[in-house]
Amino acid sequence: MSEPLLPPIGMLAELTHRCPLQCPYCSNPLELLKANRELDTQTWLDLFSQAADLGVLQVHLSGGEPTLRRDLEQLIAGLSARGVYTNLITAGVGIAEGRIEAFAEAGLDHLQLSFQGARPATTDRIGNHRGGHEKKLETARRARAAGLPLTINAPIHRHNIEEVPEFIDLALSLGAERLEIANVQYAGWALTNRDQLMPERAAVDRQAEIVAAARERLTGIMNIDFVTPDYFAIYPKPCMGGWARDAFMVAPDGTVLPCHAAQTIPSLSFERFGPRSLAEIWTDSPAFNAFRGTDWMQQPCRSCERREIDWGGCRCQAMAIAGDAAATDPACAKSPIHARMAMLIDEAQRAAAVPSNDEQFVYRRIGVVTEPA
Amino acid sequence: MMALRERALVSSRSVPSLPKHVRIQYDPVRQAFAVLSPEKVFWPNDISLDILRRCDGRSTVGHIIADLAADYDAEQEAVAADIIAFLQEWSDKLLVKL
Repeated sequence: MSEPLLPPIGMLAELTHRCPLQCPYCSNPLELLKANRELDTQTWLDLFSQAADLGVLQVHLSGGEPTLRRDLEQLIAGLSARGVYTNLITAGVGIAEGRIEAFAEAGLDHLQLSFQGARPATTDRIGNHRGGHEKKLETARRARAAGLPLTINAPIHRHNIEEVPEFIDLALSLGAERLEIANVQYAGWALTNRDQLMPERAAVDRQAEIVAAARERLTGIMNIDFVTPDYFAIYPKPCMGGWARDAFMVAPDGTVLPCHAAQTIPSLSFERFGPRSLAEIWTDSPAFNAFRGTDWMQQPCRSCERREIDWGGCRCQAMAIAGDAAATDPACAKSPIHARMAMLIDEAQRAAAVPSNDEQFVYRRIGVVTEPA
Repeated sequence: MMALRERALVSSRSVPSLPKHVRIQYDPVRQAFAVLSPEKVFWPNDISLDILRRCDGRSTVGHIIADLAADYDAEQEAVAADIIAFLQEWSDKLLVKL
């Protein structure tokens, strides 16, 4: 181990895979879990308590759609009692009257609301949910009225990249303090739909200019986080801030994972909370230790001056494109197969040029891909 | 609502405070003070903490400068620019209200 094991700071809790939307780039795994596989209230509360003991300071409550959990108020209150900062990540459709106020009362610190488009027709089409946009606007208003700070999350791909200026106006008009312009990461459902989602290079360049100008103009008014598109990058992202370095996530059934897509790495097996404590998993799990630090790295990562900046990039992207989870993330210009990224962009453009292919999304649904027994 | 939002600039008469969703909290695991905010955790050094703790919604920046200069046994003129620059940066990140 090249550095001492640090306690985790952040945790993403995927409370459920159930969701009223069917976004074709969902970061959930293709094998979605049904409600009967979800942890019960008390188990989540125990897990949160162990997380706080371990050093977790922020918990992101996500899904699926976390507000489908009827015990969400209780879960927020449990975290709040331990001083853990709570962030609710919601699609904002179908939240019953009075619940957002109840979340705020339970101690919720912050709400992140996704918009699939800046225009109603885009939001409704991408999420495959009629009337979704209007419901989201109402959720934003209720969150602000309840005194909650608001982040608008905009996942970006070919079908809404031209709406980036409108996303900025939308977030301002809703009183958001933060806007995430988050280019889709091609794992999970987004990998399945990659050809349908990949933007054109010219649109990506325009987007970068628009975001840079808006950041300048909106300094002190609204923060814009820009998640750049990997396939167009020179250096990879330090995925999760480094594998099992300061954050982790928990799936609805209590499986503890270093990242969203970790289960796509076939050589790893993951442990569930319950049979083992969170501290045991964080410290001892072979899957967590597999890519920790820098000792696992191959060349060119091993001798790269950026190895403790990028941490090798994304292990799942290395798996998906290089076929080796320990390879350099192909998003990196130093990867021997970096040129493959440009080829995949071109392939996607060619596929999109065939009119019958465009917008033929594989929508995210439970049961599209069969659950393992 | 949009028209009301503009960048706040720090002056000696500003009265800074921490918004409700930004809090200073002692972390017993790391034995250090953290600033918790939406999506981010900061680990301020002692001087930054001394400034942030004085952002109580009552003290002016002028008072904070005088108070810190006295505590650090420094001339006000010597610390004023750094304190104002710090508060402007935190205000620009929307972590301090003016």
